[in-house]
Amino acid sequence: MDRRESIRSLVLGSLAGSILLESCANGDSEKLTEKLWQYQYGRTPKELEFDNELLKQQYFEESEINMITMLAELILPPNEKGTIQQAKVPEFIEFMAKDYEPFQITLRGGLMWLNNYCNRNYGTSFVNSSSDQQRQLLDQIAYPDLDAEEQRFEVEFFSLMRNLVVTGYFTSEVGIKELGYVGNKPNVWNGVPQDVLEKHGFSYDDWEGKFHDPTNASQIAKWDDEGNLIS
Amino acid sequence: MQIIEQQEKYDIIVVGSGAGGGMSTKILSDAGYKIAVVEAGPFFDPKDPVTQTQWKWPWQSPRRGAGTHRVFGEYDMAYGGWELEGEPYNHINGTKFSWYRSRMLGGRTNHWGRISLRFGPRDFKAKDRDGLGENWPIGYQDVKPYYDKVDKLVGIFGSKEGLENEPDGFFLPPPKPRLHELYYKRGAEKSGVKVIPARLSILTKRINNERALCVYCGQCYRSCNLYADFSSGSCLIFPAQNSKGQVDLYVNSMVREVTTDKNNKATGVVYINKEDRKEYALKGKVVVLAASACSTARILLNSKNPNHPNGLGNSSGLVGHYLHDSTGTDRGAFIPDMMNRKFYNEDGVGGLHLYSPWWLDNNKLDFPRGYHIEVWGGLRMPVYGTGFNPNSLNEHLGLKVGGYGNSLREDVKRFYGSVIGMSGRGESVAMKDNYCEIDPTTVDEFGIPVLRFHYKWSDYERKQAKHMHDTFEEIIHNFGGIPLGDKPSSGDFGLLPPGAIIHEVGTTRMGDDPKESVTNQYQQLHDVDNVFITDAGPFVSQADKNPTWTIMALAWRSSDYLIEQLKNQNI
Repeated sequence: MDRRESIRSLVLGSLAGSILLESCANGDSEKLTEKLWQYQYGRTPKELEFDNELLKQQYFEESEINMITMLAELILPPNEKGTIQQAKVPEFIEFMAKDYEPFQITLRGGLMWLNNYCNRNYGTSFVNSSSDQQRQLLDQIAYPDLDAEEQRFEVEFFSLMRNLVVTGYFTSEVGIKELGYVGNKPNVWNGVPQDVLEKHGFSYDDWEGKFHDPTNASQIAKWDDEGNLIS
Repeated sequence: MQIIEQQEKYDIIVVGSGAGGGMSTKILSDAGYKIAVVEAGPFFDPKDPVTQTQWKWPWQSPRRGAGTHRVFGEYDMAYGGWELEGEPYNHINGTKFSWYRSRMLGGRTNHWGRISLRFGPRDFKAKDRDGLGENWPIGYQDVKPYYDKVDKLVGIFGSKEGLENEPDGFFLPPPKPRLHELYYKRGAEKSGVKVIPARLSILTKRINNERALCVYCGQCYRSCNLYADFSSGSCLIFPAQNSKGQVDLYVNSMVREVTTDKNNKATGVVYINKEDRKEYALKGKVVVLAASACSTARILLNSKNPNHPNGLGNSSGLVGHYLHDSTGTDRGAFIPDMMNRKFYNEDGVGGLHLYSPWWLDNNKLDFPRGYHIEVWGGLRMPVYGTGFNPNSLNEHLGLKVGGYGNSLREDVKRFYGSVIGMSGRGESVAMKDNYCEIDPTTVDEFGIPVLRFHYKWSDYERKQAKHMHDTFEEIIHNFGGIPLGDKPSSGDFGLLPPGAIIHEVGTTRMGDDPKESVTNQYQQLHDVDNVFITDAGPFVSQADKNPTWTIMALAWRSSDYLIEQLKNQNI
């Protein structure tokens, strides 16, 4: 018990320490406390320290974040179900670039590639290109050649960006709601719903009596000597 | 700096707190002994809200569950992985062995798949059938009473099937199959592949008032805060602390060696406290090593002294040898009939609801040992990676792959839960030339010499993997699926590297002949009678089963023997 208490105070200790450090640095302690506490995901003290370090750093410049946001909105345009901002996709991509360094060159270089293309072809940056021009560009990089042994860099870049945007969206609160996933909570599993079973041509009839019965699950199990449940 | 001697003296020192160490601790505490449990990782209780990951949503983490630090995803409850910072291991002659370690109270039992399969009568005597490897010095009837006791103490669901080599036990009722598992069954049975309810150590029915019922969140790999699944901490160590004996936990304590006296008796262990980085000596009348097969071999080999020049218990020269892991290879499939699914809560238990035990006779095949098939899929909680290549399955429908825009939202929903996977997990043949040994060139950050591995698959395993893939394709075809990726058709036939299945066993195998084995059938060192091993090191062969249930049954058997020896003052 003592050890557990000491671990807990260690966790709290390192959190408090980071908050203090940060608030000295930018004087906005309330905002920081909020930032640290929005993530409660069972880290060890060492893991927490690592993540806090990443959260304190900024990898992408503001102009890059704007571009990422714009691209993300082209990949998944806002609709009534949810937006890229609600799903915190730009923050997620910023974090992953720091957490998994091999992403950095592809992402940063890819953003430059887009600007470069737009400057050459449209005489302006990606952000300032018209939406027709942006689409014209994306149409060239959004469809990998399935027969090719390797993809061009810009196709790889766009695939990575699309992966991060789509996964960022569908692992967010709005995204999971939109998807329709309804688990991650205590419940009782009693099989596939009858209409789904029928639609796919299955039934549990052959297995009668074999499966668990939620109604007597709370009764403590007893067996006869042959291993047959008798309670 | 000298070694600091701890004042407390113990009856028994248990090294490691996983399945084997946990069971030894429980049984020995029930018998009233004073026990020190020495664990290399921190204290861990699945109930602790600070470390709990169960029921967290991906958005509660800035990396959305990605496996950038914990290799099976950041919500997986293992403090460890294939690589540990500051604790390297090496390889010999370009061979490869992947060594998974989890440093925490309860070890790997906090995240394992809970698949709990008894070894059957044939598994203990494989050499009788094919002349390969070695028979165990014991048979199923020796272990059966202990399997029965483990079933009742820990809890396991399953169904009585009356299969000779898949012995039935004292089962709780199994959960009904999920939709993809019904597809699997349909396809497998067309090919004559047996499909039965899975056998997992999860409480679908109460077995006592201390542990709660399963709430079907499918997250056993995050370690259950309700104690509804088996973890060594929640089911063995904590109950042992409340039993008759005294159980002191030494956590963050890395054992380097077993100490011995001039009478050839073990006197205790030396460990490094990771917090102050000092060396401590702990004294005990008996040492039980359960640090995991390779870690225990390492401790024995690092315990060499003038009386034991090759390491403790190693007069046979076999410590570290006969290391073997389960074989494994996998295949996925897309089931077009499962597109556009109706969503409902299909989390179920944390693992498969159905599986296929080995169903063929190896005498009629070109490889000697069998395998079982695990199946996965379903409407799982999204996590980092969900939505990657959102419409790559379009390829199979003659539609365009790639693009952007709101059609991607529909793609993700359309394909969700329409992919199924199969994993073959088989028995490899234990070989003397597959081994770990001390690497004289490298130490870890605690100054302890590390292991290096030499391991090669043979054609026995390659042919088995080929058979797995042939079977997978047939089953996929039978249930109307489209196999994903290419079928491995040469080389190792898709066999994962040894160690990858995390069922490593055999490094201190048991036997009657001290020249051919490291321990006797009660897992007592032939050379030093007050040292026992209750991890998977003493396994003679692995069977096509997961080792945990057998580790626990044998640890109980070994502990009963130890208690008897102590009572009779033979030790």
